Amino acid sequence: MHSCACPAQGRRCWWFSQVFLAGIYMNRTRTSGRTVGGLRTLSLQAPAVTLLLLWMIVPLGMTIWFSFQRYNLLMPEMTGFAGLENYEYLLTDPALWSAMGTTLLLVGWVLVITVVGGTLLAVLFQQDFAVRGIARVLAISPFFVMPTVSALVWKNMMMHPSNGVLAWLAQSLGLPALDWFSSLPLTSIIIIVSWQWLPFALLILLTAMQSLDEDQVEAARMDGAGPLAIFFFITLPHLKRAISVVIMIEMIFLLTIFAEIFVTTSGGPGLATTNLAYLIYIQALLDFDVGMASAGGVIAIILANIVAIFLVRMVAKNLED
Amino acid sequence: MRLARHLPVTTLAAAVAVAGQAQAQTEITVATVNNNDMVIMQSLTDAFEQAHPDITLDWVVLEENVLRQRMTTDIATGGGQFDVMTIGTYEVPIWAERGWLEPLDSLPDDYNEDDLLASVRDGLSLDGTLHALPFYAESSMMYYRTDLFEQAGIEMPEQPTWVQVRDWAEQLHGSEEGLAGICLRGKPGWGENMAFVSTLVNTFGGRWFDEQWNPELNSEAWNNAISFYVDLLSNYGPPGASSNGFNENLALFSRGNCAMWVDATSAAGKLYDESESDVAGTLGFAPAPIAETPKGSHWLWSWALAIPASSEHKEAAQEFITWATSEEYIELVGETNGWTSVPPGTRESTYANEQYTSAAPFAGFVLNAIKEADPTDSSLEPNPYVGVQFVGIPEFQSIGTQVGQTIAAALTGDTSVEQALDSAQRATERTMQRAGYIER
Amino acid sequence: MTTHHNSAPAHTRSLPIRQLVLTLLGWSIALIIFFPILWMVLTGFKTETAAIADPSFIFSPTLESYQAVQARSGYARFALNSVAVAFGSTLLALLIAIPSAYAMAFLPTKRTKGTLLWMLSTKMLPPVGVLVPIYLIFRDVGLLDTRTGLIIIYTLMNLPIVVWMLYTFFKDMPKDILEAGRMDGASTLQEVFFLLLPLTLPGIASTGLLSVILSWNEAFWSLNLTSSKAAPLTAYIASFSSPEGLFWAKLSAASTMAIAPILILGWMTQKQMVRGLTFGAVK
Repeated sequence: MHSCACPAQGRRCWWFSQVFLAGIYMNRTRTSGRTVGGLRTLSLQAPAVTLLLLWMIVPLGMTIWFSFQRYNLLMPEMTGFAGLENYEYLLTDPALWSAMGTTLLLVGWVLVITVVGGTLLAVLFQQDFAVRGIARVLAISPFFVMPTVSALVWKNMMMHPSNGVLAWLAQSLGLPALDWFSSLPLTSIIIIVSWQWLPFALLILLTAMQSLDEDQVEAARMDGAGPLAIFFFITLPHLKRAISVVIMIEMIFLLTIFAEIFVTTSGGPGLATTNLAYLIYIQALLDFDVGMASAGGVIAIILANIVAIFLVRMVAKNLED
Repeated sequence: MRLARHLPVTTLAAAVAVAGQAQAQTEITVATVNNNDMVIMQSLTDAFEQAHPDITLDWVVLEENVLRQRMTTDIATGGGQFDVMTIGTYEVPIWAERGWLEPLDSLPDDYNEDDLLASVRDGLSLDGTLHALPFYAESSMMYYRTDLFEQAGIEMPEQPTWVQVRDWAEQLHGSEEGLAGICLRGKPGWGENMAFVSTLVNTFGGRWFDEQWNPELNSEAWNNAISFYVDLLSNYGPPGASSNGFNENLALFSRGNCAMWVDATSAAGKLYDESESDVAGTLGFAPAPIAETPKGSHWLWSWALAIPASSEHKEAAQEFITWATSEEYIELVGETNGWTSVPPGTRESTYANEQYTSAAPFAGFVLNAIKEADPTDSSLEPNPYVGVQFVGIPEFQSIGTQVGQTIAAALTGDTSVEQALDSAQRATERTMQRAGYIER
Repeated sequence: MTTHHNSAPAHTRSLPIRQLVLTLLGWSIALIIFFPILWMVLTGFKTETAAIADPSFIFSPTLESYQAVQARSGYARFALNSVAVAFGSTLLALLIAIPSAYAMAFLPTKRTKGTLLWMLSTKMLPPVGVLVPIYLIFRDVGLLDTRTGLIIIYTLMNLPIVVWMLYTFFKDMPKDILEAGRMDGASTLQEVFFLLLPLTLPGIASTGLLSVILSWNEAFWSLNLTSSKAAPLTAYIASFSSPEGLFWAKLSAASTMAIAPILILGWMTQKQMVRGLTFGAVK
């Protein structure tokens, strides 16, 4: 079909932009301590950096290239430079702002629920109680299940208004059964996604708790500090770095959530659960319009970068020592 | 002299080489959906491999949307990953036009092409040549609970109308604990709620596009149809209707939660099976209801087996697809899995077979429905497209899903019917303009 | 040098009420979180009609769904692919990431933070946008439907996360111990193997576990880049999601079979993750 025809010009142009972006990131760095053996550092980092560079350049480069082309799998005769056509079409979509808003709501709520919940649960599971090993594995288990299966289980077995477990619970308490996906579609998705990602946060935070210096806690307790004080002044600061990592990693995944929406609500009713990834799917992939899908991908990257910059500002201090 | 002495050996060697070639296994990859009939086809792999010892089958079974995406990506990029693809009456004309499918003009005589039902056959052909062989076909019809109708003293006429259906739904809704008057599809999707809604719009006298490809989604007919749909389903439908697709409604009806259900004829076999359905003994069938016109009131869909042009094992693939869609295959399934599990809707001979018609009392309905459904003449006023419950253009997947979303919003009451149809009209216009069918 | 000790300080162990409350709280939360999965496992033992009936713990268990699932496609082949791809990519990612994280944690330069953030930004491209370019590349290189291809993609996908997490756990390590080791004359390699890795084993174990899970459950590339030979368990499960027919019992059965290996792995690794560390010895 179409062979990859990245013009040398295009690739160089893109490479410069990458260095530029990296430069922006670097300039915001404060010099963090002594520089030790720059060459040694470089050689150790080389494999990781080289691979990721390749991974970025090739597919990302092709995506950016395609986004400026007319390229539709189903219509091979439609070729040629499209300029900003693809972008224009996507950016003038009346559903775009709603999709961005939904994306941010989804990401925001899930982050809050998983980080707060994860921290509290990490404290709880750090304590010694009967057979906590198994309890820990149980609490982490939602992360093991495939997202599509989780979504299906929640939709058909838990939240179903006629034969779901939640409906049965409500009815035994004398309350009417809630039609989750019709009346609270986005909330339902948030619940499902939070359930899936809470174990992730729990796992990282629990592991980070392992390096908490117990002697310090002992000393504080001896000095008369209550559990709340210990939590806020010792535990939480210690977990700051881990919390930042959780936020950054989750953000990356949550921005492109697709499977759960696809399987439960198909983006509806209306646009209630259409996030940016789903919008791109409907507008571009369903039509097999590669040009538009690529443009959508670029827009998604830009959105992700904006969100990341905000988060980095909030969280950056905790990355350094 | 020397040559003559060596001749027997060389002949033997040659013979062995040739025999070795003939015994060389051709492995073909078959991509298919996970419907019951395909599962049965997969279970009969041994039967096929025994009859054709030089071919082995490699199965790829996926969920419909994923499968479609996977196959389209592969066939459009010439990936060559599959030798047999299971596609539907929507894809076949589009892909055949682009030369991606192998034309099936050299089928064996005993395949009996004329036995195939005409409407199904036409739906899978381009310029008169078959490009895919029909595996099974379906239309839509109405299922109802004979016991509830008897109790309420309602008699089902030969051709029910939607107005009548509404009255019955009102009468029966809630007459039993957890009973909904009627169950209909509501989940957004071009093949989910829009498949049903399109037929409803057709029979109310509407159409998707006029002859110049202008969308008509906010026309009076559409308005009437969607208002009727929203009114009917929100008042007399089950809870959670806006996220119910075919499977959810099948589950509801099987458990006895619906008094009536209008959906695919392929549900009949499952509803009739006592091991899977609680209502097998009280099942009634009727043609899909009509309103202003009988045209387009019930759909036509066929799953078919096709050979991609990029396949490297076309001969073996053809042997497989002719086997799987032949009369002999249907007999085989009837004998091994029971006659209600036979793939329906493809051949006249199936419906002439007494074993089938006696085991499946709904057979006559299904045959009529399939024969009467005409994708080339599916609306009251003439339209430029092919398809009853879909529009045979590549853009329809995107359009259908977007419109499906707005209609689901109307169903939950998030928007009014007018608002929903207006935004559906705008979205469709936008897509059609971009695709070049109409001017900006 | 390092000793294990129970993480509950001595003087509170004697309060039984506290223990009881903690146990109740911990277990109820764990069970609530686990409940949907429990429900799914139970559903795997029901018939299809029972699966859609009103929820109940009382039912006649049957292996019908498991049999149907087994009869259909070879679980073993899919499972083998999943194991190979998940563990292969995790191993590869760890091998590449450990030196990198070490450098960034202990030999920081001006560029470190920038590099970290840049690595994470490589994950911001949604897979749906880049499907066709990757498909074309794989087609041309002959990596379609191969385990190697999947391993490569997953390694690249998970690398940023593995680096980040290892960096975090390495950073949490008090430098004193490494300093002490260095002063005792240990070389870098010894430093890494005998000090760093054992001390950060919980971190490495969690990171490895997470990487395995992410690869195990990844359902976009695994479905789009494979067909028959390299298809992992995600394809296996996708084959039970039927557009026309009841499938929840079978899907539950298939899913239970798919998460069982991971659940066992999780159980084994969680022991590694909860070792208490004390640095009192250094002081």
